[in-house]
Parts: sequence; structure tokens; C-alpha cells
Amino acid sequence: MNQAAPHKVRVSPWALFLTFSRISLSSFGGALFWARRGLVEQQRWLTEREFVDLLTLGQLLPGPNVLNLTVMVGHRFAGWTGAAASVAGYLGWPCLVVVGMGVLYQHYGALPQVQQALAGMSKVAAGLLLATVVKLATVLPRHWRPWLFGMIAFAGVGVMRWPLLWILAALAPCAVLAAWKERD
Amino acid sequence: MDRLDLGALFLHFLALWFVAVGGPSTILPDIHRYVVEVHHLLTSEQFAEIYTLAQVAPGPNVMYVTLMGWYLAGWAGVAATTIPLLVPATTVTLLVGHLNERYPKARISRAIRSGLTPITIGLMFASATILMRAVNHDWRGYSITLLTVAVVLRKSWNPLWLLAAGALLGIAGIV
Repeated sequence: MNQAAPHKVRVSPWALFLTFSRISLSSFGGALFWARRGLVEQQRWLTEREFVDLLTLGQLLPGPNVLNLTVMVGHRFAGWTGAAASVAGYLGWPCLVVVGMGVLYQHYGALPQVQQALAGMSKVAAGLLLATVVKLATVLPRHWRPWLFGMIAFAGVGVMRWPLLWILAALAPCAVLAAWKERD
Repeated sequence: MDRLDLGALFLHFLALWFVAVGGPSTILPDIHRYVVEVHHLLTSEQFAEIYTLAQVAPGPNVMYVTLMGWYLAGWAGVAATTIPLLVPATTVTLLVGHLNERYPKARISRAIRSGLTPITIGLMFASATILMRAVNHDWRGYSITLLTVAVVLRKSWNPLWLLAAGALLGIAGIV
């Protein structure tokens, strides 16, 4: 991991806007892959390590994790303006694209072929999400406690259909406390 | 279909995003519950179609909430569902990002990380199963979904090809 650390202290908001626009417009099927490629490999604004750290933090914070990363990267390199420019690039285009697709769908969505194609794709999309979860679950430690918390969260929200806010209010403090004690 | 209360929708999404650790798929079950089961604004099939359309579009997967807003109420709906997702990112994220750069190895942040990860994964699993049940009605549908899982776990093909294959199977009337 001897990538030359890019000590580029400032980046213009315009460059941030362009880079995050490109990342988000190439992000078919999830933004993570493209964000890493754009920020670490192409622009070299972040080292691999810095990227992973920011992503982990983005994952823990509320909100979409790559959006959180976008905000932190924008702010680090160009302050508030940079954060705003990055978010505009990252969310602005997809917002327009998705509404455009909604308009097309309202016009042509009643066509049987479109309905059938979407029905077929939605079965694949469900599989993509399920596979991602299976991959992520492999990072959990081989210990009963994390798996128990995971199962309770799944059962409460996925099977019992209780409101997420209640589940988290009850479960999250216990889980964090248990993890805190484990470190002793 | 119940009458749409955009203000309530906005506030519900806002509250959800503040607890959405782990990203948009952890709050999918609750959005489904709110929009489909409690308020009957969409059917479960429409919900799944919107999610799929947003997956096919370039951009973060979270844009399904934007598309849902568009369906429900045009641009006002887009604002009601999209602005809430920006709020935690611009407040909590900047604050914590700042603190983290000052104290990177604090014990509390490690406890939060290892404590919340399994919950995040459990919630994403809930999303995946709810979506799977919303889109599949017979064994053929379930086979496609599970086949997709098997392929993704073994091969690193671009998911777009799998979605295209699903579309073709759908048009051919196989699923």
C-alpha cells in the first residue's frame, strides 16, 4: 500500500462538483465501486486507507453512507462550498434522471412489455440486495452475541413489522453497551 | 388510497433518516410499512416497481425515495422525500466527521461500530426478504431471485447484465 499520499490540500468546488457528477452518473447498481475508483484511483484525493476510514464513518452515521462520505470529502477539501458542490453533483443528476424515468414510466409503463420487463428485473433486483447482505454478514465475528442482535433486528422489522424507530430505540443502546463491555 | 399528507410524509422520512445507520436499505422496511401498509398510498407491487426502476437508473440506490415522491405528488413529493435525506448528512455527519478527525481511536466509537454493525445487517436482511416477497408470486420468481444470489456470490459480473437478463425473461413470459 505505498500509494503516494496525495497531499492536495485544496480542491476547487467546481472540480468536486464535476468529479461527484461523474461518479454518480456512472453508478449503475450502487455507488460504492465508482466512488472509490473516482476518489482514490483517478483523482488521488484520498489514499485507500483514508477512503476506508471515511466510508466506515459514513456507514455508522445516519443517512446514505456514500452521501455521508461525499459531504465529508467536499468539506475536507473546500469547506462548506465544497460540501455543497459535492452533494449537488452527487445527488442532483440522479434526481433528474430518476424523475425522467418516472415520467417515461407514466407514459409507457402500461405497455405489457414494460410491465413484464420490470417484473423480471425486480426479481433480479431482490436477489442483488439479498446477495449483498450475505456478503456483508461474513464480516460479523463468530460469536453468538452479534448474530443474536442481528436476528432480533431482522425478526422485529422483517417478520413482526414493528416500527423501526422502536426497535432501534430498544436494541441499539443494548448492543453498544454489550460491545463496550466486551472491550474490558 | 388514503389522502396524501405531504407534511406528515416529510416528517416521517426526516425521523427515519436520523436513525438510518447503514444506509437506505435499513429503512426500506419502515418506508414500506408507512407507505403501503399504514397509509395505502401505493400497493406492494408498485413499491417494488419503483425500487427496481431506481436501481436501473444511474446514481445511488437511495434515489428510490425520490422516485416514490414523484409518483405520490410530483415535484412537491420529490422535495418531501428527498430533502430529509440531506439533513442528517449535513448536520450529524459534518459534526462527527470533525470530531473523528480530532479523536480517531476513542473507545466509544469502536463500541458503537461493533455494536451497530450486526443490527445494520439484520435490518438489511429484513429489507431483502420484504422485497423478495413483494415481487415474487410463484416458485419461478423465487428461483430467479435465488439464482441471482448464487451468481452474485460466485461471479463478479456487472449486475446490469443480470438485470437485463431478468428483463428478457420477463418479456419472454417465463417469469
